[in-house]
Amino acid sequence: MAVRALTRGLLGFRYSRAATVASPCGGHHYVTAPSAKPPQPQAGDVTEKILNQPLEKADFFRVAELFSLKDLFDARVHLGHKKGCRHRLMEPYLYGCRLDHDIINLDQTMEHLQLALNFTAHIAYRGGIILFVSRQRQFGHLVETTAKDCGEYAHTRYWQGGLLTNANIQYGPGVRLPDLIIFLSTLNNVFQQHVGIRDAAKMNIPTVGVVDSNCNPSLVTYPVPGNDDTPAAVELYCRLFKMTINRAKDRRKQMELIHGLSAPTSQIS
Amino acid sequence: MAASCVRTVGSFLGKCMTCSSSINTVATQVSQQVELTYSALCRKNLAAAGPEKFTLEYIQKQVEEYEIGKRHLANMMGEDSENFTQEDIDRSITYLFPSGLFEKTARPLMKLIHFPLHKAVQWGADGRPFHFLFYTGKQSYYSLMHDLYGKILKIEKHQDRLRAKGLFSQDAQLISLGPSRWLTKEELELLLVETISTHDYDRFIKLMEHMLCMPYSSTEEEFVQRYRRLLEAQSLKQLVPLLEKDENGVAFSTAEGRRKTSDSSVILRDCGSGHITVNGQDYLQYFPVLQDREQLMFPLQFMGVLGRFNLECKVSGGGRSSQAGALRLAISRALLSFLSEGDGEVMRQAGLLTPDPRVRERKKPGQEGARRKFTWKKR
Repeated sequence: MAVRALTRGLLGFRYSRAATVASPCGGHHYVTAPSAKPPQPQAGDVTEKILNQPLEKADFFRVAELFSLKDLFDARVHLGHKKGCRHRLMEPYLYGCRLDHDIINLDQTMEHLQLALNFTAHIAYRGGIILFVSRQRQFGHLVETTAKDCGEYAHTRYWQGGLLTNANIQYGPGVRLPDLIIFLSTLNNVFQQHVGIRDAAKMNIPTVGVVDSNCNPSLVTYPVPGNDDTPAAVELYCRLFKMTINRAKDRRKQMELIHGLSAPTSQIS
Repeated sequence: MAASCVRTVGSFLGKCMTCSSSINTVATQVSQQVELTYSALCRKNLAAAGPEKFTLEYIQKQVEEYEIGKRHLANMMGEDSENFTQEDIDRSITYLFPSGLFEKTARPLMKLIHFPLHKAVQWGADGRPFHFLFYTGKQSYYSLMHDLYGKILKIEKHQDRLRAKGLFSQDAQLISLGPSRWLTKEELELLLVETISTHDYDRFIKLMEHMLCMPYSSTEEEFVQRYRRLLEAQSLKQLVPLLEKDENGVAFSTAEGRRKTSDSSVILRDCGSGHITVNGQDYLQYFPVLQDREQLMFPLQFMGVLGRFNLECKVSGGGRSSQAGALRLAISRALLSFLSEGDGEVMRQAGLLTPDPRVRERKKPGQEGARRKFTWKKR
């Protein structure tokens, strides 16, 4: 299980689309596949029930209702870069090329976005730390505001080398690393892959990333092929992530009230 | 053969030299690295070398110990332990621990130091950090930039709304700042309780300036004023001494002057007699040398008011020449209040109002004087 997690982290092994990631590794627990049960028994039965209930249904948080293909089209998500900028590994996700402009396949985007939002919702439900990363100067403020509104964290500034890999020295001993990193653009300002993707893979942190036609989708856990340069598209993504996270957190509060827990535990278990 | 031997020996020696030099450089590099890591640890100190260093509990403990020690010291000296001030402490310590050291800062001391602010733990019991920009590393600085940019966007939206209504005017409502300056980098670091680089500081100032240039930025005046400090007024104009009248109705002015180690003060009276007294003595007696008397007279002679004023001078310290120079400066300054601005400017141009900054240069070790070296011997 751990080995499998490591291989998928480091080599970007593609698992089947239906199942979501499954394995406890180090401090991180991933959302289990619908059939499997989490291996470690929980302290309280009520907490266990709260945590297991979302895993019984495929789309427990109904994230598919948040967007439609028309929304994606109106937000210009299908527009890729020119043919010359195309990354070889993005070719499966492209619908075609028209007058040298790449068009991203929105059906695939729909599926990938549903998976990504579902995963984000589960992480937020279990009280995980979500880090929004984007190195695009024009959307930095928007991303930071989105993160503040969700109650999560953002990093749209210069990425210091050891932020994830040298965290104990940079922040202090006993710091908790993010449980999910969402890249609203996987490239940095010099059109190279953002260091955070590689570092997250090294630290076994799952990533969700909006990959444009000039990006490398291999190390991203949940790639979402789509446009990352148009303001309309990025505003759409921010809105969607904010709504899923808020929805998941509200749901968690509801469940705790229903099952009569007064002090909510927010540890990922 | 021999040549090749010499060459190989030379190259071998050369290699040794480079080896030793590289070892030296490696050693220095290692020590530099050690120093760098130490300073790096100091900078992002939190983990290594004393994480308990300046926490609130540590500071409180130090303050308590200081108070207890102060009471013990007062009891030892037989004085009132309630009203024992810092000066009393210093006096007691110099009495109890007499030290012959020249360096004042190396002597025994009992004082509370100013503890630099230290960031408390940044995350809660569940591990979630409190600040949403925690993972950037420089949360206070980046949150400041985030807020600043938010304010700029707000001003732009305000401008757009006014433009839509047709009420926009270009030169309306720029912030009036008054005599103030931006916070220096050190002051900003103190405010944010974290270190920032010069690059970061420059960007912050640029963004602030950008906001100030926008019309309708007066809505954010309070935010901007938080990052400005009042300028200590440093006017380029000469401070003219006040013209007072004594009980006989005679106008007089007082001024001071310094040169090397001499201090002087002069009272210039508009009597009309030209009488000069230095330290109670007549100036002819006090300055037997003509050069010193010339220095004294020069300001009056330059402005052509030789017989008009009475001088009452006091001077101390230094030698005869520096006392004369100090008096000359004091006389010129006192004269300013009797003259017009144009005359004052003429005096300034002549160099009468400029204090002479030259002081005695110290003697250096390995040399005979300040500049004189020992006699160079070839062997």
